[in-house]
Amino acid sequence: MLRQWFKLVALLIALVPWPAQAVLTIEITGGSEAALPIAIVPFGVEGYAPPEDISEIISSDLASSGRFAPLEKRDLISQPHEGEQVNFQDWRLLRSEGLLIGKVSSQDGENYQVQFQLFDVYKAEQLVGKRYNVPASGLRSLAHQIADIVYETLTGEKGVFSTRLAFVTEMKNADGSKRYALQVSDADGANPRTVLQSTQPILSPSWAPDGERLAYVSFENAKAEVYVQELSSGKRQSVASFRGLNSAPAWSPDGKKLALTLSKNGNPEIYVLELASGELSRVTHNSGAIDTEAVWMPNGREILFTSDRGGRPQIYRVDADGGRAERVTFEGSYNASADISPDGKTMAMVHAVNGKFHIAIQDLQTGAVQVLTETTADESPSFAPNGRMILYATEQKGRGVLAAVSVDGRIKQRLGEAGSAVREPAWSPFRR
Amino acid sequence: MKFFKLFALVLPLMFLAACSSSPDKGMNGGDVAVEERGADTAGVNGQGADGEDMGAEAKVVVGEDGYAGNELNDPSSPLSNRVVYFDYDSDVVRSEDQETLRAHGAYLAKNPNLTVRLEGHTDERGSREYNLALGERRALSVRQILMLQGASIDQFQVTSFGEERPAEEGSSEYAWSQNRRVELKYIGR
Repeated sequence: MLRQWFKLVALLIALVPWPAQAVLTIEITGGSEAALPIAIVPFGVEGYAPPEDISEIISSDLASSGRFAPLEKRDLISQPHEGEQVNFQDWRLLRSEGLLIGKVSSQDGENYQVQFQLFDVYKAEQLVGKRYNVPASGLRSLAHQIADIVYETLTGEKGVFSTRLAFVTEMKNADGSKRYALQVSDADGANPRTVLQSTQPILSPSWAPDGERLAYVSFENAKAEVYVQELSSGKRQSVASFRGLNSAPAWSPDGKKLALTLSKNGNPEIYVLELASGELSRVTHNSGAIDTEAVWMPNGREILFTSDRGGRPQIYRVDADGGRAERVTFEGSYNASADISPDGKTMAMVHAVNGKFHIAIQDLQTGAVQVLTETTADESPSFAPNGRMILYATEQKGRGVLAAVSVDGRIKQRLGEAGSAVREPAWSPFRR
Repeated sequence: MKFFKLFALVLPLMFLAACSSSPDKGMNGGDVAVEERGADTAGVNGQGADGEDMGAEAKVVVGEDGYAGNELNDPSSPLSNRVVYFDYDSDVVRSEDQETLRAHGAYLAKNPNLTVRLEGHTDERGSREYNLALGERRALSVRQILMLQGASIDQFQVTSFGEERPAEEGSSEYAWSQNRRVELKYIGR
């Protein structure tokens, strides 16, 4: 009796509508001709059925990367779950180079054993195979891990399916006022959690290199101030609330410092804040101009930033210790919001052409600029930690959405969320 | 001083107008200046459009009919205009707004106990962080003009909301022109 009552309560709780936990969904919007065909056989199930469809998550991860074209389920000739059941001749007919099989078993519906094997169909050999024990709650992230292994085995690059995205949503209340939320989701947009909710705008989330903390700008005190928040505990700390602007935080690669924009001395300048000591050092000295949007080069010694010291916004580079800044962008009259690839060779930025704002990349060695997007209200480029894709904010039918484009411009995705405007994306580092 | 005389002259007329027309046809939105009030209602109208608090020390003019208001609320005064607009990516105050700002500067100089909050805003184009800085620069160029009239630096609070609080939603030239602005908000002390 009591037990039934508990069940009822649990059911009622499940039915109560939770505040907007909308899910970002990825839609491939542009070209992936070069996608590699791969056969992903639905994983076999023994005992309790798992709450997550592991092979489906892997398949959707690989497809969303634009680099793989999973075969349609109806085209799969057979459904092997173990290596000895595979007839390589069959799979060669399908022109699929890779074949992924596996199975999931559970005796109690709480703990699951998952195993997978990835084969090279033409060589008729196993490339990689692993077995895991996870609780039901770990199945989804295990699926992303397996997708990462498959991706890395077949492309030679690290996969980013286990990484996360931070972004800001804006929703309108019935009375016309707005509410804002800083959210973190899995890389595929699933599993969003709210890090901070506010009636005031939130801007510029920046991931600490350990992936455990976010720095961001909040207007909760009616002006821009910078906070650092630990994701696991939710604990937050105000780190810059000087007179004037406190904005554009960027973590140093060693995680010990934040570059910031402060206007406490009357003009927006770049500063470096050492987090442990609270010591502040000023990097730029240009009282006539806006200096903002710092980002660290991976070497930790230099900072890229936006400045209009030459009349229009352009990207400059300066030593983190200060000194003379050198101009980096020369093409076009508007270049801003730089981000740098993990290898330090490619810079992404917002680049205006005829008054339209696109995402472009610049080779820092040669200076060559390539415009990657056709969308026209692009903002906030953020590199994936493997340097392969660039996540950014744009507009669709007047509403903020996220999009991603590969650095070669060939693969394009859109990440939409129902019911709210989404912006200010930041791609997390790899999990450590 | 001229404003005071003008105000005393205009006020009774406005009171009449307010009595003869339906309330919602009086002043609309924006800087609501005069309301239909009973003769015993006195005090400062603290109902600026933005919910700003005029403060007890603002200059008060009492009209013959018992209405009390202050110079800031006189719609015929340049002080009633509390928003100035800017060109794209510019922090230069337009010549047509100079008179408004000179009047506010002189008013602040005359009323050293008043503070004003200068809120800088931009249109949505370009990066949010750059716009935050641009909004601040607009507020600072407004402050500079006000200070040239004798207002002192501690009479100001400068804030920028960048593109985060548009006055007009949408992505039209019109919306953009309305959003590139500095708002002056008086605060009592």
